Amino acid sequence: MNLTLASFLYLIAAVAFIVGLKRLQSPVTARRGNQLAALGMLIAIVVTLLVTDIISPWIVVAGLVVGGGIGGFLAQKVEMTAMPQLVAAFNGFGGGASALVAAAEFLSVDSLPLRTDITIVLSTVIGAVTLSGSFVAFGKLQGLISGQPVGYPGQKLGDPLVAVIIVGLSIWVVLGGSALVLWILVLMAMILGVIRVLPIGGADMPVVISFLNAFSGLAASMAGFVIESNALIISGALVGASGLILTNIMVKAMNRSLGNVLFGAFGAAAMEGGPGAIGEKPVRAATADDVAVTLAYAGSVIVVPGYGLAVAQAQHNLKELTNLLEERGVEVRYAIHPVAGRMPGHMNVLLAEADVEYDKLYDLDQIQDDFPRTDVALIVGANDVVNPGARDDETSPIYGMPILDVDKATTAIVIKRSLSPGFAGIDNPLFYMDNTLMYFADAKRAMTDLVAAVKEA
Amino acid sequence: MADLVIPITVFVLAAFIGFEVITKVPPQLHTPLMSGSNAISGVTIIGALVVAGAGDTTTASILGFLAVAFATINVVGGFLVTDRMLEMFHSKKEKP
Repeated sequence: MNLTLASFLYLIAAVAFIVGLKRLQSPVTARRGNQLAALGMLIAIVVTLLVTDIISPWIVVAGLVVGGGIGGFLAQKVEMTAMPQLVAAFNGFGGGASALVAAAEFLSVDSLPLRTDITIVLSTVIGAVTLSGSFVAFGKLQGLISGQPVGYPGQKLGDPLVAVIIVGLSIWVVLGGSALVLWILVLMAMILGVIRVLPIGGADMPVVISFLNAFSGLAASMAGFVIESNALIISGALVGASGLILTNIMVKAMNRSLGNVLFGAFGAAAMEGGPGAIGEKPVRAATADDVAVTLAYAGSVIVVPGYGLAVAQAQHNLKELTNLLEERGVEVRYAIHPVAGRMPGHMNVLLAEADVEYDKLYDLDQIQDDFPRTDVALIVGANDVVNPGARDDETSPIYGMPILDVDKATTAIVIKRSLSPGFAGIDNPLFYMDNTLMYFADAKRAMTDLVAAVKEA
Repeated sequence: MADLVIPITVFVLAAFIGFEVITKVPPQLHTPLMSGSNAISGVTIIGALVVAGAGDTTTASILGFLAVAFATINVVGGFLVTDRMLEMFHSKKEKP
């Protein structure tokens, strides 16, 4: 195939990626957008196979078959709750592939121009950090590694030392270092990925996988500089931008800074209040029948789902409950906090799986003003995102974090197993308010009992 | 370094397009956005194919094989799982 024609076809692939992403701006066009991007990818792959002199076709075929098999299998089998770790793993593979491409380019040619050496080093380092960091994130999300921050003695000196070694080795490679130096560089970059992600707590993983997403895009872009491919540079830049935007949204929703998530441990302040302060104040406990009556005779209900709902696998039961309420003429909407799940937009996917129509799901900004006009806010498996302390109490460790104003509804019903504080260990003043009903139960059990009780009501 | 000007220009302009397009993606689609854009970053597969196809030494063959396999996992898995998610999104009107 003619190289100019190939360049135009690569351009068409890049345009397909951009238009595909643009169609993700609405749920109506999103699916076709993703398919268009996939078509663009197919074009890029076919063109590459046609223009490249392939002297070892079996290696290419074996890689495609093995990779396609594993990728396809994982995509079909994964539970929607496990989506964050799957995306983390895919990020890792993408970063790893970019690092390998750059390393192989370095090994295949004896002397490279300076600019190629620089981009090879960047691509290898960013790709290797993405690879190891993503798999640590995967391990934490999958529960293979402790979700608690894990450090090592002397980390404050050790981390900068590893970073300095990486910079030194990078310069060495650019100035003519051998393949061995490059491999040591890869190893050090992978160590950096591990020691930087291990100390980050499980609750901060949404930020980490968004950030690593940006990194995998950047690595692809750098690989594009190495092999002089505009299609790669463009696609990598798109993904880098996407990852950075999502990182920024997550960080804002948690009221943190990126530096604070990546380099500071959370929870030191939260411990000072001590667990002794929790559970001593009176609460209004309610039974399934109380809650069912309150819901059944309400005019409007806003459901605030949290990750606890998904952990209990109670989304389908919740859907059944809201169907019953809607049959009785109750207006039901859902309020989704940006950090309701374990990755950006995760809760929307979990509810879509349970057949909840997406036009009933509202973002924080869209629904916040409606709470004062709502009869019941039903909180299932959420805690910190409805903690009024974040809004009112300057001494609260999460002060300033945007929350859903559920306490402004006429009645707030909290379904929770006990009064124990959430992941961050912070007490929630919502539980002790006069207009709050506490319904102590496991989310799934609560939903099935409520379905039965609403039928009776 | 002069020959870096054009690729850097392409990179910067593409990043701006990315910011413009992706800022408008609603939060409810952020998970599919992440998995879909992740699949797009697997475009590094075109570099992997070149590397694997040129495998003249054992080391190059191993690296090439791994690069293609890793990138293909990323591409195939990413697009398929995104499609699986987006298939589940329904509105009231579309409901049977």
